[in-house]
Amino acid sequence: MEKERHVLVIFPHPDDEAFGVSGTISLHIDNGTPVTYACLTLGEMGRNMGNPPFATRETLPKIRKEELEEAARVLGIQDLRMLGFRDKTVEFEDEEKLANRLGVIIGETNPSLIITFYPGYAVHPDHDATGAAVIRAVKELPADKRPKVHCVAFSNNCEEEIGQADVVNDVSAVADRKIAAIKAHASQTQLMAANMEESIKKQEPEVLARMYKERFWTYNF
Amino acid sequence: MEPAVKEHVQKEIDRLANKEVFIHLETTNGAYASHFDESFFSSGAYIRNAKLVYEHGKITGKGPYRVGLKMNFGWVYAEGITHFEVDEEDRLLLAGHDFSGKLAVALQISETPFE
Repeated sequence: MEKERHVLVIFPHPDDEAFGVSGTISLHIDNGTPVTYACLTLGEMGRNMGNPPFATRETLPKIRKEELEEAARVLGIQDLRMLGFRDKTVEFEDEEKLANRLGVIIGETNPSLIITFYPGYAVHPDHDATGAAVIRAVKELPADKRPKVHCVAFSNNCEEEIGQADVVNDVSAVADRKIAAIKAHASQTQLMAANMEESIKKQEPEVLARMYKERFWTYNF
Repeated sequence: MEPAVKEHVQKEIDRLANKEVFIHLETTNGAYASHFDESFFSSGAYIRNAKLVYEHGKITGKGPYRVGLKMNFGWVYAEGITHFEVDEEDRLLLAGHDFSGKLAVALQISETPFE
């Protein structure tokens, strides 16, 4: 993995960083690279409330904010920014304003690498809208000033349309921190995390591959 | 939240009747339903802070419950209510959680706007 000057991670929901990217974040932090995580919403509209339910629609944002802060702490992210948008509404924001808002953060942090969702291939409308706003903001920069953009894609048709991921990071060395980050989002991952650990113990190849290999598509401007 | 207790919920619905209230009403199957099962038709809706007055309301059924609020000019309806809570701001929070515990429906009534 290349050593970066600064990595900027931009996702809409607390826990978006945990599954596909937290290993890569840990590797960058171990490399001495500062990481900024800009998280657009607090996942206010999440469906997981714990079972039996310990969260309500009204307490969920506060709980998820604390979980996000805990995940950032576990990963060693020093600069966590919560941008105050609302879950499920990102695609309805004014696109230019949203891109400008992200543009300010890009300008300020001057990253050599941005990690976000691949617009159109990231399933959740908030994911696609966030990725699209990042791409729009980066496009505003002169071509020689643009950071690399690594996108996360997981729609069922993504490989058919955009091919195989061109960046695959082996994060097995930091698997403990990745699992801790996933577990930090307890309200959302309670059940899943338990199953996952069981699968890892049993060395299920599909789960191990998903866990230890983080895949990205470099955006071609 | 606690499993819904019909009598208790009814008392709360009565308490909030005939005054200006703010409603959060939502149904959701989650943003990933069609991703995991392409034959599943994904749908959902929510309205947050609709301001209205209902003249009376009722919780019915044997659980999961149905709730209907009758207004001068219409109705508010939610089906699948399993849990309730009156929070520290005296808001009535009703929710329906599916068999895996995920939120499927919410109806919340408050005298002040939801954040």
